[in-house]
Amino acid sequence: MTQSTVSNDKFTLGGAIQGATHLDLANEKTCVEIKDWNLYYGEKQALHNVSMNIPEKRVTAFIGPSGCGKSTLLRCLNRMNDLVDGCSVEGQMLLEGKNIYDRSIDVAELRRRVGMVFQKPNPFPKSIYENVAYGLRIQGINKKRVLDEAVEKSLRGAALWDEVKDRLHESALGMSGGQQQRLVIARTIAVEPEVLLLDEPASALDPISTLKIEELIYELKNDYTIVIVTHNMQQAARVSDYTAFMYLGELIEFGDTNAMFTNPQKKKTEDYITGRYG
Amino acid sequence: MTFQDHKGSHISEQFDNDLRKVTSHMMEMGGIVEQQVERAITALVEGDGDGADQIIERDKSINNMEIVIDEECTNIIARRQPAAGDLRLVVSISKTVADLERIGDEASRIAKMALSLSEADGDSPRGYVEVRHIGNMVKQMVHDALDAFIRLDVDAAVTVAGKDKEVDREYGSAMRELVTYMMEDPRTIGRVMDVIWSLRALERIGDHARNIAEHVVYTVLGRDVRHTSVSDMRDAVERQR
Repeated sequence: MTQSTVSNDKFTLGGAIQGATHLDLANEKTCVEIKDWNLYYGEKQALHNVSMNIPEKRVTAFIGPSGCGKSTLLRCLNRMNDLVDGCSVEGQMLLEGKNIYDRSIDVAELRRRVGMVFQKPNPFPKSIYENVAYGLRIQGINKKRVLDEAVEKSLRGAALWDEVKDRLHESALGMSGGQQQRLVIARTIAVEPEVLLLDEPASALDPISTLKIEELIYELKNDYTIVIVTHNMQQAARVSDYTAFMYLGELIEFGDTNAMFTNPQKKKTEDYITGRYG
Repeated sequence: MTFQDHKGSHISEQFDNDLRKVTSHMMEMGGIVEQQVERAITALVEGDGDGADQIIERDKSINNMEIVIDEECTNIIARRQPAAGDLRLVVSISKTVADLERIGDEASRIAKMALSLSEADGDSPRGYVEVRHIGNMVKQMVHDALDAFIRLDVDAAVTVAGKDKEVDREYGSAMRELVTYMMEDPRTIGRVMDVIWSLRALERIGDHARNIAEHVVYTVLGRDVRHTSVSDMRDAVERQR
């Protein structure tokens, strides 16, 4: 090759470090659109006019003090609040443009598309293999070859395969907490969801397992839209692309995580993330 | 008034104490550096060799302060994971002490010239009026920049940055005058060059004072105004309001 592929006029010194480091929501494809969302537990209003666009294949973190509504909002995304007595909602929540609270929506199918992982790992009292295969079996898939493939793919996706490949048929309850949590994530991604909701996924884990989960989140965002609720602000700063700060049921500020943690625009956000009295 | 008073207290009082301590150490270092600049100018103009010796000696402790304060900043980052305004404050302190240390070096450089001039024979060379004049300007800039830092006053910071232009102008005209003088009487070249190096050091001190002023704007507004003109800096401050 005699000709340089880089033309001189396009070459800038240190090109990789010339670009801005901030992300912009305006450039993102929206996965879930939330419009004027209100939620009531009986008389008490828990969410006030929340509007936000959750970007596709990004990690969005909800932070805020206890009782600010972040978990409530997260649960709205796969209609977990339907199970709460006296809970009513108004507003719109659109997944890929379709209202997930529409009567025509099959809630079980919605929860396949929008998977959820909770604070405490909740593996079923079955083998590791059967835990991951569970969702597929429910869908009526019983071919061993298909299941084998899906189990391996999901366990690899959850960064667990190498640790458990020799004991797939042992009980999942014998695994460590961190492994159980990754197993639950494997079980969730086995049914190929679009969105992963993580509700304090690492708060019951030790620091090493926590880092493994965080590393996993980083990998998973290539394939899934991830929404994570966390009390650990440093965790939100580490894993998320966008951060939403909520306070007393309202969305106070939502934007690029770098900007939120270096130069938040609202005083309430600043007070919260710097650990001051609001 | 300190940064904490401005922003309100942390839930962790210890964190407040840590930030207060590192801020006051930076200010203490700033005070000593200011004094070094003042004394260096006096030593040069008055031909005070002993004074110059002391300045050079004191520079070592200034270097040490930079290391200590930087370590305090690193410890705060490691232990407290500061965010937002706190993070900007800690980063700015670390950068400011680097500028202060360099100002100290420049003062020490002037002291060395003072030493060499005090040992030389002959009349005091030209340029002392300019040293006095530019010296007072940059000394005030350092003072005002540190004052703007402790009060988190972005307007005062922009004013300091504006003064740097004035210093550059005065420096340019002093330079032209001294070059002309040397051309007229080449025997003075050795001594006048010492004065020129001193003026150059003062001009650099002005640049460092401006850097500190830029750190103030970053601390308060989160806007990085380095490598921008003063008017762009002023616009950035206005926009943020």
